Amino acid sequence: MDGIPIKTFTVGSKLLALYALASFEDSVFVVIPKSGERDTFQLVSVKLTKAAGQDLEAKELSVVLDGVDASPKCIAFGREGEYVASVKEVNLQVYFFKRKQLNRFSVSAMKTKSGKNHFMCIACHPTEDCIATGHADGKIRLWRNFHHKKEYTFSTLHWHHDTVMDLAFSLQGSSLLSGGVESVIVLWRNESERQRDFLPRLGSAIEYISVSPDGTLCCTLHTDNRITIINSNLRFSRSIQGLIKSTNVKTGLVVDPRTKALVLNGEPGHLQFYCLQSDQQLFSLDIVQRQYIHQAGLNQTDLVKVAFSAQGEWLATVEEREEVTDPELQLKLWFYDEETQSFKLNTRISMPHEDHITDMCFRDIDEVEDESLILVTTGSDCVFKVWVMVEDTDPEAQQSVSWSCDFVGSYHNYQATNCCFSEDGSLLAVSFEETVTVWDSVTWDLKCTFCYSPGKIRNICFGRLTCSKYLIGATDHGFLCCWNLLTCALEWSAYLNVVVLQPDPLSEHIAAISWLSKDSSLFVFKPNEPRPIYIQRNFCKEKIQLAVFVPREEPETIGSAKYLWLRRSQLFFLTATQELITLSTKSLEERLTPSSKQLAVEESLPVTPFSLLLGKHRRHQSQEDIDLGKLVVRNKPEQDSPAVKELLHTPAHVLPSASFLCPVFINSLLISKENPSAEEVADEVEMESEKTEADSDEERDVTEMEQEDTSPVELLGEITCKLSKSQEKELRKLRKMDYSWISAF
Amino acid sequence: MATYKPVVVQAFPRLGERITQDTLYWRGYKTPVQIKEFGAVNKIDFSPVSPYNYAVTASSRIHIYGRYSQEPIKTFSRFKDAAYGATYRDDGNLLVAGSEEGSIRLFDISGRAPLRQFDGHAKPVHVVGFLSDKYRIFSGADDYSSNLWDIPSATEIVSYSEHNDYVRCGCASKVNADVFITGSYDHTVKLFDARRKSSVMTIEHGHPVESVLLFPSGGLLVSAGGRYVKVWDVLKGGQLLVSLKNHHKTVTCLCLNSSGQRLLSGSLDRHVKIYSTTSYKVVHSFSYATSILSLALSPEDETIVIGMTNGVLNVKHRKPEERKVKSQKKRQPTYRTYVKGRTYMPKQEDFCVSKPVKRVLRKYDKLLKSFQSSKALDAVLEPPIRLYSPEVTVAVMQELHRRGTLRSALAGRDEKQVNLLLTFVARRVIEPRFTSVLVTVADIITDIYQPVVGQSAIVDRQFLRLQEAIGKEIDYQEELLEVLGMMDALFATFTKKRPHVHLTKLDYTVFSLPASSPFQTSMKS
Repeated sequence: MDGIPIKTFTVGSKLLALYALASFEDSVFVVIPKSGERDTFQLVSVKLTKAAGQDLEAKELSVVLDGVDASPKCIAFGREGEYVASVKEVNLQVYFFKRKQLNRFSVSAMKTKSGKNHFMCIACHPTEDCIATGHADGKIRLWRNFHHKKEYTFSTLHWHHDTVMDLAFSLQGSSLLSGGVESVIVLWRNESERQRDFLPRLGSAIEYISVSPDGTLCCTLHTDNRITIINSNLRFSRSIQGLIKSTNVKTGLVVDPRTKALVLNGEPGHLQFYCLQSDQQLFSLDIVQRQYIHQAGLNQTDLVKVAFSAQGEWLATVEEREEVTDPELQLKLWFYDEETQSFKLNTRISMPHEDHITDMCFRDIDEVEDESLILVTTGSDCVFKVWVMVEDTDPEAQQSVSWSCDFVGSYHNYQATNCCFSEDGSLLAVSFEETVTVWDSVTWDLKCTFCYSPGKIRNICFGRLTCSKYLIGATDHGFLCCWNLLTCALEWSAYLNVVVLQPDPLSEHIAAISWLSKDSSLFVFKPNEPRPIYIQRNFCKEKIQLAVFVPREEPETIGSAKYLWLRRSQLFFLTATQELITLSTKSLEERLTPSSKQLAVEESLPVTPFSLLLGKHRRHQSQEDIDLGKLVVRNKPEQDSPAVKELLHTPAHVLPSASFLCPVFINSLLISKENPSAEEVADEVEMESEKTEADSDEERDVTEMEQEDTSPVELLGEITCKLSKSQEKELRKLRKMDYSWISAF
Repeated sequence: MATYKPVVVQAFPRLGERITQDTLYWRGYKTPVQIKEFGAVNKIDFSPVSPYNYAVTASSRIHIYGRYSQEPIKTFSRFKDAAYGATYRDDGNLLVAGSEEGSIRLFDISGRAPLRQFDGHAKPVHVVGFLSDKYRIFSGADDYSSNLWDIPSATEIVSYSEHNDYVRCGCASKVNADVFITGSYDHTVKLFDARRKSSVMTIEHGHPVESVLLFPSGGLLVSAGGRYVKVWDVLKGGQLLVSLKNHHKTVTCLCLNSSGQRLLSGSLDRHVKIYSTTSYKVVHSFSYATSILSLALSPEDETIVIGMTNGVLNVKHRKPEERKVKSQKKRQPTYRTYVKGRTYMPKQEDFCVSKPVKRVLRKYDKLLKSFQSSKALDAVLEPPIRLYSPEVTVAVMQELHRRGTLRSALAGRDEKQVNLLLTFVARRVIEPRFTSVLVTVADIITDIYQPVVGQSAIVDRQFLRLQEAIGKEIDYQEELLEVLGMMDALFATFTKKRPHVHLTKLDYTVFSLPASSPFQTSMKS
């Protein structure tokens, strides 16, 4: 398993599922859409021809089953490939390959209280003639005797209260695994209702279950983009996870100032810290601290707002539970504990506002993070509240500080929608529907108000550094306005339907993402000039929900002036379908090279006699260098390495014959000669050899071959042989062949 | 993979005063003993030596009280007019007092007639005291002068006339025998050195100085006057360390506790505030019936004596330390049982089998874990939980509501259980911390058991009780809203800054209850 394709077959239509069976060595089964009809699919077998060559066209298609479901869970192959079973809606069809017989069964489409009894998934017993089907109402049916159209039987297993998402038989077929929305994996033993084991609380709904070929492990794929590996005795073993997909990213994208990780909703009620560099989840912080009930249609407590203080010492979270009469709200303040290296709950405020909290921010002052730390929350109950730290007067108390409300502000009973502190923390801007109000953060006096009607304010932010005198606001009527705080007047405005407004914390730049006629466009501007410095139109077909500037570890050197604004931070976007997108300053090739380098992991290479030999050769060379006592500048030390590396890294079974590779290899060795003169010659030779490839100059080629013979032959004992004329010819012919494919690795 | 998370039982902070170590300490006094004196008590001084008698100066008498006596054990009444500021000497043998007629009298504790009389002040002498060398007396009088007297010869050593108003308080340094300070109504505190002809330092307090105090180390000086208590660093040349404004009337007296960790101040606003001398924050406060004039604390803080303007002497004794009675516990397994096998160090070839840590879940948690809603509700309606920790019951009800199974858990109960449930709800629904949950519960109960109303007298009675409780609560809330409206009107007339703040605090204490509208709809039965 080296991840290198051996052959590629082109079928010619969209492949929705693929099944390969041991009993059908020369063909595979695929699900393809039926030509000419929408939403109907068929299972076809594809004959894999044994012709030579890399890219082949698979032409021999034969339809096995018609009218199948597109989901790969809905088709299963029976014992040793004798039959194939497919389910769709309320129908089960079984096709026997040998008898070429098709049996159809169906369950009565009744609507019960718990839901429909549609088929959802299917699994076949590996040794017996038994088919297990999972249904939307949570039942599992075990079908037997389905060779006969009439005398078939089925038994029912019922534990799941919701849809059975996937089924899998164990290797011997003695037990059956099932999973669903409950995020519980159920192990049914001996197909009986009584003997069952559970592994509960797997985190999120199970989508797929699969059992390893040796039967020791099984793994489940979850809806939140995660794989869990489970031992055969139902012990949790490991989980593989990157960015956890949550149903709705309500918290927005936040950067943890401490770890520079991206922070957003993770598992339900958790906050995930996702490392952008390593594509790993650093940790998951349990905010809600309540048992999550995996059941559809429940109002669960969800995390809606997150804010970090400037140094990452404090974390404020808001959790919310929708309720008919009044929502349950909690504001929690967490303090970073250096000892345990995690956040510790400091203050819990229940019902901080009487209605939803719309925005929350800390006063970010980098230098002093002490008692002056202030948190502001805005709510739909028409007020904004200022929370301050209060020190406990009792010196013996367990925690010295806690948070309490200091000020409640309102403006004409309008709903408060956004809040934002200026860079120096002296001003607080709160938007109330159509109006932006600016408050003094010391005395909490209303300083001034701005309005740009019509349209409610959607986003506000202050300018930074040299532009700190500007306040930017975006309205939902598609205006972007910039107010000057010194003159209290509108500086400029632009017609732009801004959905996301994100200032860069390290520069003056502000990114505005607009949504115009099904395309997202990015505009980057400085508040002091109304002309944007960067425009990227239609970069995403989806609506961008959130964006964030992530500070780079070190400022990047960027050549083009166009991307100069990305020097200190990187911009990330999250789309409505939860895809994380970033803007890269590098071209496609530049970005691809490191990844291909990563593939070739030198350390993991096995020690072969060949590589040992090569090592000896290299050591020998370096020793010579030292002996001679002169510094040999090898201007092309890498030049031989790619060829050698490719030779070593490519698995043996895909390598061409040794005679084919010999000239390449020898060529590569030729270049690395010690003495300058030889190096020059080598250079020349290489240059010429390129020419020879084109011109096929025989004379030169021969000399080159001789060269090859002289130097490395002693080292490569196996290849020491006088080349006969015919062999030489053969080699020359080979050399003319295009072996550029090697460089593709 | 996560483990089961137990139900979070919300802990609510107690309203009102926080319980701290200080409040526990200062509350550890018995109910006060009130002794009626003839006039306003202007000075109380404890004898520095054991049995710690105390001298109370009121009107024209000086009474000496014993530790537990309610009658004076001795009285000095050789004054024609009011006596002022009777003070003990360090050895507890001599007592000195000023008087309205301007003379200073020195008494022996065992005698009755004055040993010495110092004449020289033209006006009443309100403050007298011994210097720490025991042979000299300082005094301050209403003729603006402060004098130093020699005890053996009964003569004036030196007279400073630097103040330009009445001298009403003073204090001698315990470290240096030549240093004393006086505070005057001319807003200053002056520090005198007996070896110098003039004052060494003048501190501007800003208000008529009513009381001064030197810390035992002599480095810090506390002055009280007006509403302020100010702490000064003498060694830094009289720099203001901190200004405390915790009283809303004139502060009349100051006192340190025996350890020097706490500073007490008494005021005309009837309060005694106790400050920590490290943070200068109020850690506790006492309130009294009338304005306080004088205050003293016995060594080891055994007794607090407060003198009031109406001549009442308030004496509080410390409760004796409670000896913890060693209860005869159940015989525990021996130590050996606990350490059995624990100290075994695994050898290299040993294969360790780690035992998973067993978490102990409460009964209701176990039932909730296995989704047995009705049984979980039954478990939290057991008497000990229902009566002593109703927050657990409510938390489980809330959890059931979250899971959407509260209705089925409440349904299908017999008369006895419904009675029990309704009793609980009717009793607790008016508690603000439980209201939001119990309103829902009451709503569901009435919904479910509406058809059977009238079949059971007990249940009907409970329904009526519930209705009554809610009706009362609604009336109460309406009244509170009225008060809030009145206060709003008052605040609106103020043009002062930040009226919001006051409103907020009210908001929090009073209006933690949500609108009680759901009741009116649901409580038709």
